[in-house]
Amino acid sequence: MSDHTYTPKSKFGKWFNDRLPLLSLASHLTDYPTPKNLNYWWTFGGILTFCLLSQIITGLVLAMHYVAHADLAFNSVEHIMRDVNYGWLIRYIHSNGASMFFLAVYIHIFRSLFYGSYKSPREVIWILGMIIYLLMMATAFMGYVLPWGQMSFWGATVITNLFSAIPLVGESITTWLWGGYSVDNPTLTRFFSLHYLFPFLILGLVILHIWALHVPGNNNPIGIDVKKPSKDTVPFHPYITIKDLFALLIFLIIFSGFIFFAPNVLGHSDNYIQANPLVTPKHIVPEWYLLPFYAILRSVPDKLGGVILMFGSIFILMVLPWLDSSKVRSSVFRPLNKIFFWVLVVDVLALGYVGAMPAEGLYLFVARVGTIYYFAHFLVVLPLLSRIEKTQPLPLSITEPVLTGMPKAEFIKSDKRDV
Amino acid sequence: MCKFKRSSLSFLLFFFIITNFSYAEEMKIPKYDWSFKGITGTFDRSALQRGYQVYTEVCASCHSMNLLSYRNLGEKGGPEFSVEQVKAIAANFEVTDGPNSDGEMFTRPGRPSDKFVSPYPNIEAATAANGGAYPPDMSVLVKARKGGADYIYAVLMGYTEPPADFQLEDGVYYNKYMDGNKIKMSNPLADDLVSYADGTKATQSQMAKDVTTFLTWSAEPHLETRHKLGFKVVIFLIILSTLVYFSMRRLWSRIDPEN
Repeated sequence: MSDHTYTPKSKFGKWFNDRLPLLSLASHLTDYPTPKNLNYWWTFGGILTFCLLSQIITGLVLAMHYVAHADLAFNSVEHIMRDVNYGWLIRYIHSNGASMFFLAVYIHIFRSLFYGSYKSPREVIWILGMIIYLLMMATAFMGYVLPWGQMSFWGATVITNLFSAIPLVGESITTWLWGGYSVDNPTLTRFFSLHYLFPFLILGLVILHIWALHVPGNNNPIGIDVKKPSKDTVPFHPYITIKDLFALLIFLIIFSGFIFFAPNVLGHSDNYIQANPLVTPKHIVPEWYLLPFYAILRSVPDKLGGVILMFGSIFILMVLPWLDSSKVRSSVFRPLNKIFFWVLVVDVLALGYVGAMPAEGLYLFVARVGTIYYFAHFLVVLPLLSRIEKTQPLPLSITEPVLTGMPKAEFIKSDKRDV
Repeated sequence: MCKFKRSSLSFLLFFFIITNFSYAEEMKIPKYDWSFKGITGTFDRSALQRGYQVYTEVCASCHSMNLLSYRNLGEKGGPEFSVEQVKAIAANFEVTDGPNSDGEMFTRPGRPSDKFVSPYPNIEAATAANGGAYPPDMSVLVKARKGGADYIYAVLMGYTEPPADFQLEDGVYYNKYMDGNKIKMSNPLADDLVSYADGTKATQSQMAKDVTTFLTWSAEPHLETRHKLGFKVVIFLIILSTLVYFSMRRLWSRIDPEN
């Protein structure tokens, strides 16, 4: 991991560092050579770390005041909103923070898709990231249940019912998940417990994710391997830290806009009605960040089929490094992949939109087309592209195209020749 | 490439417009220019006080507000009744307390720390007394309805004659803005139903506005603090990010003079 040796200056520092090399770690993190051409799409890693920590800290405070009981949960949240000092602020940071977390993670994932950051030698970083994303969805889903409003209750009912589609053992699994024969107090208390646990699992995985990143180093917008350290890299601190900080501040301005001026716009109004098992809301919809998957689920007429496709849509991403075998990472040099990338973006947005609409008529049709394209993109388009696509010549180093504007012919190596 | 991006975006936009048209079967709720709207929005203090009067004289006979305490009426950012007024308001209500040392429940005059007294002992009693329709608790009602304050106001003003072919059962009323146009609450407001302490003319729309303002405050009692703090936070973040931006430019100029 560390390709340089570091000796602390002070005697005590040396004594300590020999026993626990924390100072070496700090030095590694400070000097970590980073490609100098990273654009702002690369700042979302730092933003996501901030989101995770902010969720953990606000969540910690909320847990001090929240009561995980079916009869008391709704009012305890309102108690936080009304009587706890700045409780409204902490809760709105937490609830909108979940949305901002997902916004950032989607940008982070699509960045990776565009620039081929999942490709060798970064497959493990990508897979760890996908596990983090899965855990995030589970955590967010369980967190949404905790206020025990109508959408909490019915969302929990719909999602946990998915497991009943599993043949033979489905019903038993659902009963086991619920801790009873319907979503009720035992479901709420276990969701609270797991909602408290999962962020720490995510934190652990984030550390592994960053560790795995520090082995090969960052990918970059032109996707070529860079020598480290070299003219192509800058030390992480202060160059990347200040850029990440700037991006984070811009992100925080948008985040604050939601917290202070539209704190409920991303939520559903039905969740301000206390859960009532006897009254089903007209349309049960999950939070916006789960809508594309909800659309995939509902696009299949068969329940089990829908569940398989929905989980499949996430697990297919785990094997992405092996589906896309093109040796060129960055889509900057992949004219066809660039187009299909944007098709995928539009496809996922369209799926998200129809996920919020009733599953009928035109919406259902769009959901089906969208689902078919989603899978076709990964199973047909990407494997095919890696064979037929004629990629553009890659520059030799980051410095060259920066200095000359366009990569010069003599510095260019064809991907065909080298790989 | 750029062309493709643009065409896919316009496709998406087109798609949204088409689907929104086909989905717009519900009555459009008129938007009203509330004082609490926007990033610097605040409550009109006297509207809140009048709104409380409408609530307590009209709505409170059926609708509970069990998340509010009388003390809230005197708190900053709310109707801001004086301490004496709050005590007097609370004392008007009979509160069941106890058990006392003999194990008996007893009633006493309300105190500012008491929750708003509910008109019915439980949801079932409220439902039974109102023809099978539970009059919802109004504490967070504004946040619990799509359209928020505009919707509440629209429903209060939405009682009209039903179309000739519209079937109405007994005890059900026609309302332009209610889901399915049927509501089990009869038109609760009429001109001069209350006489305002501050002399404002109590027209139906005035009362509807006042009570909607009051309900918005009750759903979001810290709205004013939130707006004020948010304004400061955003200004601070803009200044800080500007400073960080120029520091960043300066730092990076060492690496990349053109940047």
